[in-house]
Amino acid sequence: MSARKTVIAAFSLALTFAGLGVSHTQEEVRIVVTGSSTIAPLMMDIAQRYEAAHPGVQVDVQTGGSSRGLSDVRRKLADIGMVSRALGADENDVAATRIAWDGVALIVHAQNPLERLSDDQVRAIYTGQATRWEAFGSWDGPITVVSKAEGRSTLGIFLDYLDLDIRDIRAHTIIGDNEQAVKVVAGNPRAVGYISIGAAEYHASAMTPIRAIALGAVAPTSANVANGSYPVRRELNLVTYPDPAAPVEAFLRFASGQQVHDLISDHYFSPASD
Amino acid sequence: MTSSQTIISRPPRIRLFRGPLALKDAVFVVVLWASGVLAIGAMAGVLIVLAIGSAPALTEAGLGAFVADGDWYPTAGEYGLVAMVAATLAVSAGALAVAGPLGILCAVYIRYYAGDVAGAAFRVVLMTLAAIPSVVYGLWGMTVLVPHIAAWQPPGTSLLAGVIVLSIMVLPTVAVLAEAGLRQLPASLYLGSLALGCARHAAIKRIVLSSAKGAVAAACMLGLARALGETMAVLMVVGNAVAMPDSPFASVRTLPANIALEMAYAIDVHRSALFVSGLFLMAMVGLLLVLRRCWGGADAPQS
Repeated sequence: MSARKTVIAAFSLALTFAGLGVSHTQEEVRIVVTGSSTIAPLMMDIAQRYEAAHPGVQVDVQTGGSSRGLSDVRRKLADIGMVSRALGADENDVAATRIAWDGVALIVHAQNPLERLSDDQVRAIYTGQATRWEAFGSWDGPITVVSKAEGRSTLGIFLDYLDLDIRDIRAHTIIGDNEQAVKVVAGNPRAVGYISIGAAEYHASAMTPIRAIALGAVAPTSANVANGSYPVRRELNLVTYPDPAAPVEAFLRFASGQQVHDLISDHYFSPASD
Repeated sequence: MTSSQTIISRPPRIRLFRGPLALKDAVFVVVLWASGVLAIGAMAGVLIVLAIGSAPALTEAGLGAFVADGDWYPTAGEYGLVAMVAATLAVSAGALAVAGPLGILCAVYIRYYAGDVAGAAFRVVLMTLAAIPSVVYGLWGMTVLVPHIAAWQPPGTSLLAGVIVLSIMVLPTVAVLAEAGLRQLPASLYLGSLALGCARHAAIKRIVLSSAKGAVAAACMLGLARALGETMAVLMVVGNAVAMPDSPFASVRTLPANIALEMAYAIDVHRSALFVSGLFLMAMVGLLLVLRRCWGGADAPQS
């Protein structure tokens, strides 16, 4: 009994000191960042570096998708929204800062010998007109079509590029994020999916049995995304209201500057160079 | 029901004037009362949150849009839930059809055929199975089971994979609960029928199981309830394409998987439509409990 009391006493003492410690750093600035799950891991690294260089500033990064990021900024629930697509014409009430580019590529199993697919062939696969690999030559068996759940921006970019409607898609497996897509394709030699080029390069280097196939004619590498020759690419944006508060603006400058380019490359994205 | 009420209400009246005991009793009653209120409050809270969350979609699209035989394209204004309700029922019923009989057989084995040691060991195994987090079953299904089915009947992610994974998850629930039900039967039933010259299997089939019908039904119902609500493991193996479950090898999407898959990215009416999915799921589980009242009988053991 007394041992337990000692522990409780020690614990509350520690808590008290922790509380004191927090209240002593005067005027903690808190910046809330929400939105795209594609940008979030990168943003967490950027936030960590920024916090280390700016004591007294705390950056909270939360995920929930690009649309959530945008609506959180509009409802003033967040200071900065992460949006992994270009802003539409009806979205000019907010200001976007582009920090990087990301491309979308098809992935197939490493055993699949196919080198490339034309846009029409991809369209045929995803609308259910082509159901067997024999139609494209050197690979056989029925095609397993992997697509993304509604609301994901990768799906939006894929549909935009192929000029398809969500209702045209005939998928066998619908997944949430890049990781799941990789697992499904790695486990099924006859599957085809589409994911962020960053994620595809990461997994190819980690010996996962998947291979990236280009959408269009240019090789799907982050270098080609960076120089703009790869056609299916999306902007990774940070969104705020125009004229943000000084600490938010300082953080935006940091996140779009040279000093985070190594972090962007670590995440297999391409720094925005303009 | 009436007998339990008199038991609860009697002690305070007797001990009211007995000093410290009365105080302890009063505290105990308050704690009991508070936990009861808390449980009901949590339930009511969930319902209220679901109702408030569903309101925008229900007012904008109307209940008809959800029950009509339409497709599910929430960002394009189509909210048909029928295919997902059917898929949820198909996966759960399939799992119960496999795990129910197996679970009852396991219970009979533990109770009447295994010795003390083997029975205890078997129970530990079942308890462990029940304690494994569902995402682990999902991972196994995704990396082992689905590729095997895919090699046989592509695409692999299918109703069948969901049924198999769920069966394994529901089996321990049914087995442990049914065994508990069998244990509550008076020993004289089984021993008496053996003494009258019944064969072991006949005694179990005709006497024991038919006396424990309520408990066994309750075990199956709770297993079914677990199957209906299971999210992650199912999400990872069924493929999640919204379609009527017309073949065991077809890709389907269940209601809980629908919520888990889209909630993080949904806004506005889409988000609200997912709350309606939750409401539908609650209604299905509620309906199940009503059915269990009708079939299982009120005095079936709960645990």
